[in-house]
Amino acid sequence: MSLKSLTRDWQPMSFGFLDASAKREIRRTSLKAIAVPGCQIPYASREVPMARGWGTGGLQVSCTLITPRTRIKVIDQGADDSVNAASIRRFLARVSGAPTTMDTLEADLIQSRHRIPEEVLQDHQVLVLQVPNPEPLRPVEPNMSLARQMHADADYGRMWLQLYEQIVRSGRVMQGASYPSLVNGRYVMTPSPIPRWDVPKLHMARHLTLLSAGREKRLFAVPPFTRVEPLVFEDVPYRVEDHAGLSCARSGARGFFMNEIPQADGSSSYEISDSELGVKSIRQRDNETVTIGDTWYKNGEMAG
Amino acid sequence: MSQTQLDAPRLVRTQPLLTARNVSKSYGSVPALRNVSASVFPGEVLGIVGESGSGKSTFLRCLNLEETPDAGSYTLDLPDADGNLFDLDRYARRMLCARQIGIVYQNPHLGLLMKHSSSGNVAERLLVAGERRFAVLRDKARAALEASEFPLERMDAPPIELSGGMQQRVQLAKAIALEPALLLLDEPTTGLDVSVQALVLDTLKRLQQERRITMVIVSHDLGVIRTLADRVMVMRRGEVVEAGLADQVFQDPQHAYSQQLVHAKL
Repeated sequence: MSLKSLTRDWQPMSFGFLDASAKREIRRTSLKAIAVPGCQIPYASREVPMARGWGTGGLQVSCTLITPRTRIKVIDQGADDSVNAASIRRFLARVSGAPTTMDTLEADLIQSRHRIPEEVLQDHQVLVLQVPNPEPLRPVEPNMSLARQMHADADYGRMWLQLYEQIVRSGRVMQGASYPSLVNGRYVMTPSPIPRWDVPKLHMARHLTLLSAGREKRLFAVPPFTRVEPLVFEDVPYRVEDHAGLSCARSGARGFFMNEIPQADGSSSYEISDSELGVKSIRQRDNETVTIGDTWYKNGEMAG
Repeated sequence: MSQTQLDAPRLVRTQPLLTARNVSKSYGSVPALRNVSASVFPGEVLGIVGESGSGKSTFLRCLNLEETPDAGSYTLDLPDADGNLFDLDRYARRMLCARQIGIVYQNPHLGLLMKHSSSGNVAERLLVAGERRFAVLRDKARAALEASEFPLERMDAPPIELSGGMQQRVQLAKAIALEPALLLLDEPTTGLDVSVQALVLDTLKRLQQERRITMVIVSHDLGVIRTLADRVMVMRRGEVVEAGLADQVFQDPQHAYSQQLVHAKL
């Protein structure tokens, strides 16, 4: 028996960039996170060719879950000379050979920084959210040891105090993104910088959501059909952004989350934030054959 | 006197609300409390006096379940406080303190979130106890601040923008917001000027008379204790050296240290 028969040929990098032990650890951590929804599970975040804080947590989970047949969709924002959806998508395709797509319906694995697609995700799909700050208690308790004790005791009174302060000072809840939400009635999590519009999409969803913070080395999950309830006062209902009446200037799509584009004359125009849905809407308007999936929101209202 | 039982007035026939027995606590090799025992009856005010380092604040922190002593027991005669409270875990302590024990610290930084609104500081206590209605939080915070004679037009100002006396009133409002069975006061007027001291003491006295709140007040200022306390416990070097009715201790102190303390003048 020769040594060569016992070892693999040298390769410039492992499949999916990460080595097998790193992927094994992330798989185990993911299983723990799924078993205790919303609980932050620590893991040994590896180096990837991207600066920490730019989506390395999500990238590591994607690199772990990816197979040569996985269709990947990436949602991110950023300049072309830095990190954005295009560069992350290219990287994942290059290290795995997996096909990429922009269509939510075609994707098996969706890595996102700041949005959940407007089309409803299905049970075979996995959403990986890049989380810059996984600790929802950080604004109210800077000592992370105490914050962990507070999670253990479900001591979330100060999270509501934060909302109380916002209502007292501004007349309404000002938390625009990363809205703290109670998962499965036990742990409060921050659902990454998704807007308030997207948080209800996580509630009792059919798909698995994995949230990973590479810089902070924490991974947590929302398994399928799990309650995700934004923290609200009983007499101050949760409100999503008031975008129901806005229309996309390009596609004409209406009733979805919009990006505001300031105009030279001081006014604003709006473009649909889920740009692929915008493209589909334009193609549909142009009488092309295109499949638009069921959407979470209908006419600006979350479907029951 | 290594072990002192603080006997309740004979006329009081109810069970003590608070009973602490043989509480001892050391920090490393330095003993802070040695077999300290005390009982406080419902509606009564117990004053604890002593020089700096005598262990009175440590004892108060033990009663607030912030510290776990090396030995001793502590019971409250309340339906949701069974057995020795020192044996409770962190979560049970927190819930009990949130509902039944209020505390006012000498240093407002210990008791208040200085950059949150004053009403928010009061609301926090209600939130910990599980209140989740904004309107109720607002109303109860307003009522507690009003009872503490805090100017309501400033109820949303953060404590960091308030004077020392106002900060103490916010602490007091926070402590009484849930109408606790026991109110602990750790040098509540120290650091305040004499006129503000008098106002805070008046508020405390009025609250005690109106609500019959059971209080334990710690101070090195005998004037404060004389104004508020029904009974007095004198501590020195972690021990209780004398205990009795306030008038009795102030007019006819028995222990040499108590005599020295009572007769001390600048």
